[in-house]
Amino acid sequence: MSLFKNVTTKPWERKGVIGGMRPEGAFDTEAERVALSFFLIIASVVFSLFTVSYYIRMELPDWQPLSEPAQLWFNTGLLVASSILFQWARNIVARGEQRNLYTALIGAGVFAILFIVGQLVTWQSLQSAGYYMTSNPANAFYYLMTGLHAVHLLGGLWVWSKSAIRLISGAEAKDLKLSIELCALYWHFLLLVWLVLFALLSNT
Amino acid sequence: MAYVPLADRDHEMEMHHPHTWIGKYVWSQDHKVIAIQYGSIAIFTGVVGLVLSLMFRMQLGFPDTVDFVDPNFYYQAITMHGMIMVVYFLTALFLGGFGNYLVPLMCGARDMVFPFMNMLSVWVFLLSVIILMASFFVGGGPTGAGWTLYPPQTAMEGTPGHDMGIILMLVSLAVFIVAFTMGGLNYVVTILQYRCRGLTMMRLPLSIWGIFVATVLGLFAFPALLVAAIMMLFDTLLGTSFFMPAVIEAGTALDHNGGSPILFQHLFWFFGHPEVYIVALPAFGLVSDVLSVHARKNIFGYRMMVWAIIAIGGLSFIVWAHHMYVSGMNPYFGFFFATTTLIIAVPTALKVYNWVLTLWEGDIRMNVPMYFAIGFIFTFIHGGLTGLFLGNVVIDLPLSDTYFVIAHFHMVMGVSPILVLYAAIYHWYPKMSGRMFHEGMAKVHFWLTFLGAYAIYLPMHYLGFLGVPRRYYALGTTDFIPASAQDLNATITIAALIVGISQILFFINIIWSLKYGKKADPNPWGAASLEWQTPDTPPVHGNWGDKLPTVYRWAYDYSVPGAHEDFIPQNTPESEEPTVSDEHFDPDQDKSLADV
Repeated sequence: MSLFKNVTTKPWERKGVIGGMRPEGAFDTEAERVALSFFLIIASVVFSLFTVSYYIRMELPDWQPLSEPAQLWFNTGLLVASSILFQWARNIVARGEQRNLYTALIGAGVFAILFIVGQLVTWQSLQSAGYYMTSNPANAFYYLMTGLHAVHLLGGLWVWSKSAIRLISGAEAKDLKLSIELCALYWHFLLLVWLVLFALLSNT
Repeated sequence: MAYVPLADRDHEMEMHHPHTWIGKYVWSQDHKVIAIQYGSIAIFTGVVGLVLSLMFRMQLGFPDTVDFVDPNFYYQAITMHGMIMVVYFLTALFLGGFGNYLVPLMCGARDMVFPFMNMLSVWVFLLSVIILMASFFVGGGPTGAGWTLYPPQTAMEGTPGHDMGIILMLVSLAVFIVAFTMGGLNYVVTILQYRCRGLTMMRLPLSIWGIFVATVLGLFAFPALLVAAIMMLFDTLLGTSFFMPAVIEAGTALDHNGGSPILFQHLFWFFGHPEVYIVALPAFGLVSDVLSVHARKNIFGYRMMVWAIIAIGGLSFIVWAHHMYVSGMNPYFGFFFATTTLIIAVPTALKVYNWVLTLWEGDIRMNVPMYFAIGFIFTFIHGGLTGLFLGNVVIDLPLSDTYFVIAHFHMVMGVSPILVLYAAIYHWYPKMSGRMFHEGMAKVHFWLTFLGAYAIYLPMHYLGFLGVPRRYYALGTTDFIPASAQDLNATITIAALIVGISQILFFINIIWSLKYGKKADPNPWGAASLEWQTPDTPPVHGNWGDKLPTVYRWAYDYSVPGAHEDFIPQNTPESEEPTVSDEHFDPDQDKSLADV
């Protein structure tokens, strides 16, 4: 039932059971997926507010644009690879297969870890080039936003590690299906956030 | 795999059955226990907030009589009072307390969707309260920058708690937001996905609608506070300049440069205004149910009430800058926000009309919850009307930062939600505890609180018109403030002391009644909504015994013509609807009821 139809019904008129023999949720899907979707909206709000703050702060006279290190392109590649592997893992469990699942799932996590290491290396190189956090707001935003993105990814890796351990200890594909599907969704979301952040940071 | 509701999953009763005392009452995953834990922690912090207010009221009414209320402590007390009451008391009690208790029961579910996350939520909330309270014990004490925490004041040497106090406050807020997000996701997903059979969204009681929309607001508004808190923490701890402008303090330039304090204000109020409705919407919902039950009438305009809740929720995100008219903003910007502010008054007024029309020709039972609910209508209209003054830029400018503002927001989002909280606690107490409270004591508590609140806040409007500024430790001598203003201040303080002390009556009542109260009927008010239809009172773990309820009607079938009783529970099938037998059926009476 559409939302509009839903909120225009007159509940005092109709008596009796509405719906089938089973209770129906507002969305025909797992509660976990609904919760994750809400969480993604919340995370989007957080990143959007940082972006808006970035634009407002940028207008002030002391702003000196930061030239982002070229290594970020390489890091982006790592995160894209991680996302692709997650999608592969997702497709495998969707077909109910087990073959290659191990490679796909573990590979996805490893590439994500490599991405975080890559980000730390760029931090290091910026620091050694004298781009400290306190020297300019552009630098501060760079460290803050990339850091926040990495923290979100670490949260995802915590869930990934639980699935990976279950897979290693012999869980079947169908038991891991939901977990892997949600992880893949979350990873794609973080990839998208990263692409937006990367575009924002390198164009300003 | 299609979605399988909780009720249809295997071994549903074995899901998280506690086997030990600690599992049952401490690390509990039962929403009712978590609700009581949330509520108790929130009420504890609320009492701290209340005591702080009485301390600074002593300074305002009787300057320099209490030794330890020096200027520093005064600022710390008003700051902590504000933050505690808004975030840690009202938000936590409405959503963490009543949200947790009522959502699964009113939705006919056995528990929240994610009970473990729910348990984490309450313990993380406790952690945030401990961090907040720790600031009383660190060097420099808690922050005294005002509850709005505006930079650069927060970080200046002259502000009490500018070192550790502000850091603990910001960390505590961030931790609170984590706790709220875990709890909030639970409430939202439970309401969306775990309603029992037959319970459509439009058959939900308004309490759930209020809690639902308020939680969604919270989930989307608290991130703004989180973002502001993170950036301010960076400014304070790491020396960045997100918000901190170049400042010269006592002749020395600070290490900050070029930051934007106004940016903080925008972020803070982008959270701060929805926060008003995060507190108000659950209050609107709860009071609608209390009014309807005790007036023995269906709520007037149920659909309008739902739409109004949704409309207020949406509009609350585009009114925030009406808190910032004096920040030097572009006048057109102010005009826009004045307009949206007046627009949001429309659905709010609609709700007030509907509450009054619910009472109209109702079979009103003056039970204790009804006293508080009707009291709320008074204080809310009062506080709402002064909001119309302050929402207009030209009227706000002279009244800004005066006692008029204090009077306005205390009436509308202090006294009003608290009256609803009392109404709700007294209303659901028999279900939560299985005992009745002492009615006489509760009525004395009501009159002292209600009349006392007016004695405190009505004179403040007048002080505001005189131009008495808020947040001042002492008024000193000023031409435009007559000496008699001090007499008014003394009166206000006496009223505040009486109201503060009279709350002890409430605590005595609910604690005493737990043991000595009369045993409560499972449905003492004759309410139709699901939470009153549980097989046990108080409801046991799992709420519904062997079988989940099925819902056949909305939650407001009161005084239905021809029905045997003046209410029909939501889970009564049409075929079993008890009706009066033909010889007792009076068509005239039926007609008069139908006209209503």
